Order: sequence, then structure tokens, then C-alpha cells
Amino acid sequence: MLQEFSEENIEPLATGAWILGTGGGGNPYISTLNLRRLYAEGRRVQVMDPMALDDDDMVAVVSKMGAPLVGQERLSDPVHLARAVEVMEDYLGKPFRAIMSVEIGGSNALSSFLAAAMLGRPVVNADAMGRAYPEAQMTSFAIGNLPMYPLSLVDVRDNEVIVTRAASWKWMERISRKVCTEVGSTAATCKAPRTGREVKDWGIHYTITKATELGRTVIEARARHDDPVKAVLDHEGGKQLFRGKVIDVARETTGGFLRGRTVIEGIDADRGSRMELAFQNEWAVAFRDGEPVAMTPDLLCLLDTISGSAIGTESVRYGQRVTVVALPAPELLTTPAGIAAVGPRAFGYDIDFRSVFS
Amino acid sequence: MKRSGIDVGGTNTDAVLIDGEKIIASIKVPTTQDVMSGVKAALSHVAGHVGAGRPIDAVMIGTTHFTNAVVERARLERVAAIRIALPTGASLPPMCDWPDDLRAAVDPLIFMVHGGHEYDGSPLVPMIPDEIREAAMKIRDAGITSIAISATFSPLTTECEVKAAEIVRSVIPDARITLSHTLGRIGLLERENVALLNAALQALGKTTVKAFSDALREAGVTAPFYLTQNDGTVALADVAAANPVHSFASGPTNSMRGAAFLTGLSDAMVIDVGGTTSDIGCLVGGFPREANNIVHIGGVRTLFRMPDLLPIALGGGTIIDPETGKIGPRSVGYRILTEARVFGGNTLTTSDVAVAAGLIEIGDRDRVRDLDPAFVKASLERIRDMVTDSFDQMKTSAEDVPLIAVGGGAFLIPDKIAGASEVLRVENAGVANALGAAMAQVSGEVDQVFSGLSRDEALAKAEAEAQNAAVASGASRESLKTLEVEDIPIAYLPGGARRVRVRVIGDIAFN
Repeated sequence: MLQEFSEENIEPLATGAWILGTGGGGNPYISTLNLRRLYAEGRRVQVMDPMALDDDDMVAVVSKMGAPLVGQERLSDPVHLARAVEVMEDYLGKPFRAIMSVEIGGSNALSSFLAAAMLGRPVVNADAMGRAYPEAQMTSFAIGNLPMYPLSLVDVRDNEVIVTRAASWKWMERISRKVCTEVGSTAATCKAPRTGREVKDWGIHYTITKATELGRTVIEARARHDDPVKAVLDHEGGKQLFRGKVIDVARETTGGFLRGRTVIEGIDADRGSRMELAFQNEWAVAFRDGEPVAMTPDLLCLLDTISGSAIGTESVRYGQRVTVVALPAPELLTTPAGIAAVGPRAFGYDIDFRSVFS
Repeated sequence: MKRSGIDVGGTNTDAVLIDGEKIIASIKVPTTQDVMSGVKAALSHVAGHVGAGRPIDAVMIGTTHFTNAVVERARLERVAAIRIALPTGASLPPMCDWPDDLRAAVDPLIFMVHGGHEYDGSPLVPMIPDEIREAAMKIRDAGITSIAISATFSPLTTECEVKAAEIVRSVIPDARITLSHTLGRIGLLERENVALLNAALQALGKTTVKAFSDALREAGVTAPFYLTQNDGTVALADVAAANPVHSFASGPTNSMRGAAFLTGLSDAMVIDVGGTTSDIGCLVGGFPREANNIVHIGGVRTLFRMPDLLPIALGGGTIIDPETGKIGPRSVGYRILTEARVFGGNTLTTSDVAVAAGLIEIGDRDRVRDLDPAFVKASLERIRDMVTDSFDQMKTSAEDVPLIAVGGGAFLIPDKIAGASEVLRVENAGVANALGAAMAQVSGEVDQVFSGLSRDEALAKAEAEAQNAAVASGASRESLKTLEVEDIPIAYLPGGARRVRVRVIGDIAFN
């Protein structure tokens, strides 16, 4: 079951993906430009229903890996994402039926589209996070305890690496991160290949549709001068946690991550209260007047109160008028195995996970 | 020290003469078609008040000429772009995200060649001089003399851009070259865009400065002259001519600086109320706070030294819906003198409501006597809400701060605003811009990623480099003060990398 992804859907996809990035995942601007140019050349991407995959179909899982800052200088070229897929095909000796993104949050949502447009293969309407997370072991496939190897990594200088085996998802993360750093902290990767069965069992399904419709809802609300934040909440069944103004941002880099906190002073119904958002690349835990009130894996999104646009952990700044919203997490992430992989303790917060939706 | 400040606006050209901090003379003349005769007339007037003793030491000119050229897609010259970044970025060539009409106006010749650097200063791949030479010959054959050169991570490692410029000059001796690292920050596309806009304005920069120079001479003024810059400082005219993009926002900047001077405040918010929109900015230490994010100029994404301004769709000509009471966003703009109710027109504007409420006396008050006082009151409340909201958004701290209202529509700003310690009004606001120009100083800035250094070492190194940059731009070293220090650790990058931005400022060094 294939459906052509129209050019009009590119902007909504990027807008929705940036919201689902929950503060991380990188701004999709460069990827959006790339995809528009491929469409201008006449290329088109077909979106495939994951349930239409045969059990023994092979699916490539692509992602751009590295530091968002480097991506602003070393502009990514779809050629290399496509090459990462080809390298993997050569290694496996069999072709991929389709391509999917590792994460729907942020710029990587478009990575599968870029590779797919180059290779003339469909994109699977699914990802492995339903949002964005910083590390390889924070995927639905890792939660499902699926094999984490092989992995191909392609650098712009004809350096191509295959990690043939790794002892665990964490080892795969450590080894591939090392290689990525060595080639300048940005690389195109094709993660461990998945079978159709695995994608059907462990993928987070229909997230392309979800991101695109979310983005379209926001864009349309803006055009009608309706409240785009309310549109996000209505569309996703989310909850508004707090509305206010950013009064402090503290950032530090430890262990290769951007960590820190953003303090928001309440307005309207939240006047007199403060919300502190702790982050590690993505927003992780929300504290209201010192008490944790929402946390990963629930999606914490910081939205511009007026435009409904997502605000990233790298770009949030003093004075912005913001609304903090929580969106429901994919079910898999709220299971005990999911919480062990991506719950608050996986990010160093000694808190029991409690969903705002339970 | 005697200085003259001149503000060349779309409608009026204002000039002032100051001695130290004392205003000796000021004048407003209509901006002329050729711009220069207006400047000459204004300058001749104030120069007549110099009196005995020292002649004018310096003339500072602020102009919207360059911004208008980009917005109107006019008076731009053909440019060539050389990007040194292959094998990266091939899918997104220079100007790939420009509006079609602006791109057509600039009609670029584009080259992408190998080279560039990584964030840690190591080469991406070696640059190939023959590739640059070949591009230069094609540029020469096309008769193009203004060239923008960009390279990956050039704000950190300038080597590729500098070497490429030498090669281009060896082929095209009279080339005018803009190197992206001299203008922009991290973010290749945005920095390259700034460089290309700058390249497209080279010819205009030259003719404009030449014309100003002629106007000065004809007015009998022999002092050195400067153009005011986006950050509230000045650059010697010849230097400024090479970097017209640094003058893009000098209008709002001069107005903010002038407001600071007239009120004696150095830390305050300023709202400049025009006919269609208002701009809210923030003065820190007497200078406008800088935008640290993308600024669109004529539809082009840029990231460079620009003031942080929040525009609101509120001005003296903003239309009020008589049924719903909705304010704006449309405005009658310059047609206010014929379309507003008090001026005999049929469109209800914010000015009409202000007249009805007795906030100002303009036009014919009888023409708004029919307005329901409750409607007038509700409209003014809405205006207050709009201003309060934007004001609060731009504030840098939770404490109350003063708000200075300037511009022709300043009467719309209420005397009490939540979060404002007081609302000050500036009389002869027209002169504020010219005064802001006259008071300008010289700055130096560094925005770099440092790795392998402690935080203190990185900050110290950045400060020293910023000071050297200021001295190179004409500041006296003794007068330098550090205005801003900001550092952000960088996610993912090893070696404790942090991006440090330091800006210092000083008085002009007179020899």
C-alpha cells in the first residue's frame, strides 16, 4: 500500500516533526530545503503502510548522527544518506524494500525521505521513537531487544565504516559515536536493518501521518488566526501544563550532551507559579514549584504561545512567551521495558515515572 | 569635541551639531530625490553654527539607503559566489533559499569548490588553488567584480577564505571581495547570505559614500565622516562602504540611542511608534541588545550583528474596525493625512481614537465626536494590552524598567504600562535619530568556538581578540569597555567546546 507524499506536505511534516522533537532532534530547516529541491527535480517519495510489509522484507533505518551545530556548517547532502543505505545493501548482499527514519522528532524525520527520494524506494510510515531521543539504545527496537548490528556510517570524504557487531545497544552507541566524532561530529548512518516482521512488531507506526497532520493543524490555525497551541492540544489529545515567560536558561555540556534547565514564570492561570524544565538535548522533566509534574517518556513540548512553533533546547532564550504542553507517549515507551530505557532514570533523575495521562 | 549627526530617512533628513553633550544646532529638511542635496542643505545649516574655536571633528551619517535597495530589489549589482565546502553542501548551493525576484536582481554566477575546515580547525579536505583560479577566470570573463567567498567553519578558521581571496585578486586585480567570516556567525547558509547581500551592495556603497563625501565638501566640512552601524557604533565611511550590510538597521538603532541620550537613561526599553508599525527594542548600557537569532532581510535568512527588535502592528495609521473594535493589523500608512477621520477621510484609525480621547490635538476633533466614549475607552485598553504584552516579552529582567516612547505615534503609548517603572516621552523625537548618530562609538566583536581551554581562559582570549578588533576599527584602546559576554557550551562536541561571544566598545581615536 503506497501513497505519494505530496510537495504540499513537506512544510507540515517539518513543522510537526519539530514539535515532536520535544526540544531536540535538530531544526529541520536544512533537510526541508534539501527535500524541496529533490521534489523540484521531479523526484517523489511514496509512503508505505508498515502493515503492508512482508515479514521477510528488509527495511533500512537511516539517521543523520552528530552535533546540530556542525550540521549548520557542513550542510548535509542526501547523497550521503543514500550512500549509507547502499553500503549496507552491499554488506548484506540483499536489497531493502523500504526505508524508515530512526526518529520522527526533529530533522531526522526527513532523513528517510531524502534517502528514499534518491534511491526510488518507499518510506515506511513509522519510526523507532515516536519523538526524538539522543541515544541508540533509546529506540523501540532496543526496547524490543532486537539485534543492534550491523551499522553503516558514511562520511563525506569517502570514509565508509561498517560496525559488524556490538555487544549491546550501548556499545553500538559508544562505538558509532566515536567514529562520528572522528569524522567531524556529523555522519550519515544506516542502523541495524530490520525485517518487515520486526517493523510491524516493534516500530512506532503511522508517525509520518501523525507529524504531517499535526503540522498542518498548526499552520492552518495560524492562517485562521486561531490559537495554534490549542490546535496542538486538540489534535494530539495533549494537556497544557503551564503558560508563561522564560526568565532563566542555564546550559552546560557534560558527557557529550547539552544539559540544563529553563525557568518559566507563570502568567494567566499560572501566575504566581514557576515551572522548571530540565533538559538533556530534549526536554526531560517538568517541575512545577519544585515538584515533578511531567516527565519523559511523555512528550514535553515547549511552544511559542503565539505561533505554536516548537522551541528547541539550544534556541530557547530569555523573554520568550511559551506554553508547556504534554503529549501522550507511544504505548511501548510507557511499558516497564520502555520506562527502563527512556524513563526519568535513564536521564539521571531519581523519580518514578508518572504519566500526566494516567 | 564637535560632532554632527545626520539621519537620512525616507521622508526627512535630520541633522544636529553637538559639542560634547550639548546640542548647538539642529534642523530637519525634506529628503531629496538625489539624497545628497538634502544632506548638503542640512549640513550647511548646522555647520553655520560651529562658531569660533574648533571646527567639526567628525560627521556621523545614518542611512536607510542600503536596506531600501534590498527591499526594492533595485540598485543591486551582479555578483559571483565562491563557496569552499565540497564535498559537503553540494545539494544546497549558495542562494538556494533566496526569493526568486531578489535572486534574479543579483543574477549570480555560482561556484562550489573543495576545501573548508572542521569545528576543531582541522581541514575538511585540502583546498585546490586551481579550482579557485578557474572560477576566478570565469568570473573575470563574465565581467563581474563583486565576489562573496564562504567556507565551512570560517568564523573559526579563516584560512581558506583569505587564501581564496588572494588567488581571486591575482586574476581580477580590481575585485571587491566580501569574506563571509568578516560579517557572519556560525551557520553557513545564513553567513553566506549576508556576504552575498553585501557583495550585491558594493557599487551602491561606493557611490553613496562618494556622494556623501561630495555633499560634505560642498558644505565646506573637511572632518572625517562615518556611517552608523546596526549595533549603535560607527565605521569610517570608506570601511562602511565595503560593508553596507552593517548599516541595515542603523535607523532604529540611532533612534534608540538618541532616546537614551535625550532621557539620560542607558538601560531602558524603547518603543518607536511609526505610522504602520512600532518597534520595541532594549537598551543595555546605552546600546541596543543584539538579536541572537535569524533575521530576515528582504526575504533572505541572515544571522549577523543586528539589533533585537520586536515589531508590533500598531502605528498612528493602524485601522480600527468600528464594528468589532479589532485593531490592525492593516494601516492606512502614509495616506493617514487623507484617510483618517480627523483628516477628513472615512477610515477609523488609532489616531482618531487618540484625538477623541484628547491624547493629542491633530486634525478636526469634531469629526470624531460621534464615537461612543465606551468604544474609545475599550480601543485604548486594547492598545495598552498590545503594548504591555510586547513590552513584557522584550524585557530582560522581571524588575520594572523604564519605557521610552519615541516616533510620530508616541501619543498612543499610555502613561502607565504594567512592568514599566515609568513611561518617558522624548520631545523633538525627529532629532533623536540624528543625535543617536552623533553619539556613536566604535566596537569590536568576537564570536567563536573555543575548545581545549578552561572557561576563564576562553573568555579572556575572546575579550583580547574583541579589543584588537575594536582598535583596528578605530577605537582608542584606553577607552575600551566590555559590553557583552555570553558563552554557550556546545552539545556533542568533545574537549569542553564552548561558543563565546564578546563585544567591547570604545571612543573614536582622534589622531
